[in-house]
Amino acid sequence: MESLKAVEAAKEVKQPKLKKAKTKITWKKIKDQKVLILMSLPFVAWLMVFAYTPLFGWIIAFQDYKPQNGFFGSEWVGLKHFIDLFQQPLFYSALKNTLGMGVLGLVFGTLTAIMFALALNEMRFTRFKKLTQTVSYLPHFVSWVVVANIVTQTLSISGIANEVLLSLNLIEAPINFLANPNSFWGIVTGADVWKETGWNAIIYLAAMTSVDQEMYEAAEVDGANRWQKILNITLPAIKPIIVVLMIMNIGNLINIGFEKQMLLGNNIVANKALVIEKYALDYGIGMFRYSFGTAIGIFKSIVSVFLILTFNSIAKKTGQGGLL
Amino acid sequence: MELNVLETETEPKQRVKRKKSKIKKITKTDYVLAAFMLIVLVVTLYPFLNVLAISLNDATDTARGGLHIFPRIFTLANYQEVFASNGNLILAFQNSVLRTIIGTVLSTFSCAVLAYVISRKQFVFRKAVTIMLTLTMYISGGLIPSFLVIRELGLINNFAVYIIPSLLSAFNVIIIRSFIDDLPDALEESAKIDGASDFTIFLKIIMPLCMPVLATVALFVAVGQWNSWFDTYLYARSNSDLTTLQYELMKIMDNASSMTSNDVNGINSQQMLSRKTTPESIKMAVTVIATVPILLVYPFLQKYFVSGLTLGAVKS
Repeated sequence: MESLKAVEAAKEVKQPKLKKAKTKITWKKIKDQKVLILMSLPFVAWLMVFAYTPLFGWIIAFQDYKPQNGFFGSEWVGLKHFIDLFQQPLFYSALKNTLGMGVLGLVFGTLTAIMFALALNEMRFTRFKKLTQTVSYLPHFVSWVVVANIVTQTLSISGIANEVLLSLNLIEAPINFLANPNSFWGIVTGADVWKETGWNAIIYLAAMTSVDQEMYEAAEVDGANRWQKILNITLPAIKPIIVVLMIMNIGNLINIGFEKQMLLGNNIVANKALVIEKYALDYGIGMFRYSFGTAIGIFKSIVSVFLILTFNSIAKKTGQGGLL
Repeated sequence: MELNVLETETEPKQRVKRKKSKIKKITKTDYVLAAFMLIVLVVTLYPFLNVLAISLNDATDTARGGLHIFPRIFTLANYQEVFASNGNLILAFQNSVLRTIIGTVLSTFSCAVLAYVISRKQFVFRKAVTIMLTLTMYISGGLIPSFLVIRELGLINNFAVYIIPSLLSAFNVIIIRSFIDDLPDALEESAKIDGASDFTIFLKIIMPLCMPVLATVALFVAVGQWNSWFDTYLYARSNSDLTTLQYELMKIMDNASSMTSNDVNGINSQQMLSRKTTPESIKMAVTVIATVPILLVYPFLQKYFVSGLTLGAVKS
C-alpha cells in the first residue's frame, strides 16, 4: 500500500513534465525494463563522473581554484584568468604554432589521403593493391613514441634522409633537421602524413567504391580517358564526404593535441614546438595554476566551435552543403 | 555460422568486381601507378626494417653507421640486455600487457552493454542516454578539469587509472550499436517469448552475433591501451611500479636526445660497455618490442575495422 501511494504520488509529480515526451515514462515501463535500466546505470554514472563533471569543472576558470577549498569554496575572480591569458606573449606564440601545424596537417593530410585513395582505386593489380593497403595502415597502429623514434632515426645526421640527399648531390653536408626550428612544423606535418595517410584514405576509398560502375561505363562509351573519369565522376562523387570531413577537421584545427610536438621537440626548437595544450599542461598542472589552465581549455573549445560554425556557413553559402 | 552468413553476403560483389577489373586492359599508367605504390611501400616499411636491423646488430658495429635493412653482425645482446637489465623494462612490459588485456576486455564489454541498451527501441531512457553519450564526442571538459576529477577520485598512482577513465568511448558504442541495429529482430523475439531477460538475450544472442564488430572495437581499444604513454606520464609518474613500455621508451628517447644523462633505466654506460650494447641499440630493441604485438594482430582484423570505420563515419 505504502509503495503504491508513493508510485501514485510520483506519477502525479512526473506526469505534467513528461506530457511533451513522445514515449511516456510510466512506472510500469520502468518496472518492465528494470534489467535495461540496471544495465545502463553504471555507464550513466561513468558518463556523469568522467564526461560531465569535468565540464562542470569549467567554473574553476572563473575562480582562484584551490584544491583544498573545492569547486564551491574558491574565490570568484570573473574573467581575471582570461585577461591574464591574453596578455601572455607565450600564449600567442603557442596559438600561432597550434594553428600553423593544424593548417599544414589538415591541408597535406587531406590531399595525401585523397591522392592515395585515388591511386588505390585506380590500381588494377589486385594482390599488390591489397598488400599496399595493408602496409599503409601499419603506421597508424604504432604509437607516437615509436613514430617519433623512427622519425628521429630517419632524420638524424647519419640517417637515411641525409644519406639519400647526399647521394643525389642535393646537399653537400648532412643536415641536422631536428635541430632547425624552421623545419619543425614541416617535420611534424611529414610525420603525421607518414603515419595517417593510409588510414585516412579508408573513408575516401569506401566512398569511391560505392560509385555506380555504370557511370564509368557510360563515360567510356563517350570516350573519356582515366583522368577525365577521375575529374568528372570520382571526385564529384566523393565531394560531399570531403566537405563533411573538412568541416569536422577545421573544428579540430586547434585540437591537434601535443603528443607529436612533445615527443619530436627539443630545447632548440622549443619556441616552434609549444602548442596550446602543452602550454595548458605546463602552466595548469606543472605550475599548479589549475584555473589558468582551465581558462586555456575553454578558450580552445570556443575557438573550435567558432571555426566549425564559420566554415559550415561558408560551405552552405557556396552551395557545397553543410554539416549542421 | 553467423560469420558465414555475413561473408556470403559480401563475397559475390567482390567476385563481380574482380571479374570486371580483369577485363580491363593493363596500360602504361598502371605500371606508373604500381611504381608509385612501390615507393609508398618502401617509405612505409624501410624505417621499421631499419629499426629491426639495428636492434639485431652488434651495438659497437652499429655506431659505425651505414646500416640499412640487414644486420651486419647479428646478435641478440640488445634484447638480452632489455630483459636482463635491473631497470624497469620487464615490469613495464608486464604492466603494458596487463593494462591491454584488462582494459580491452572491460572496455569492449562495457561499450557492448551500453550499445545494446540504447539499441532497444522500447527502452524508456533511450533518447536521454543516447544524447548524453553522443554529446561527449563534441564537448569535453579538457585536460585540467579531467585531471582534477581523476585526482579527486584517488586514481593517481593507481593501476585503475589505466582502465576506468577510458572505459567508454562514444565512437565505439555507436559502431556496435549500428551493428546491432542491422541484426534481424526475429531472433530475440523468440527468446523473449521463452522468457529470457534482456541481459540473457544480450549475453546469449546479441554478443555472439556481434563478434565481428566487437573484434574491431577490441582492436581499437587494445591498440590505444598498448600505445598509451601520456597517462603514465601524467597520472603514474611517481609510482615506478606502474610504468609502461611506451613510457619507458619515451624516457629513453628523452635521455638520448638531451645527451646529459648517460644513465638509462639504471644501466650506466660503464655496464653497457661491458655488455656490448649502447642506449641507441637498446632504444631500438624496445621500439621493436613495442611494435611487434600490433604487427601480429592488425592485419587479421583488417576486414572488420575497415567496415567498422566506414560505418561509424557514415552514422556520425
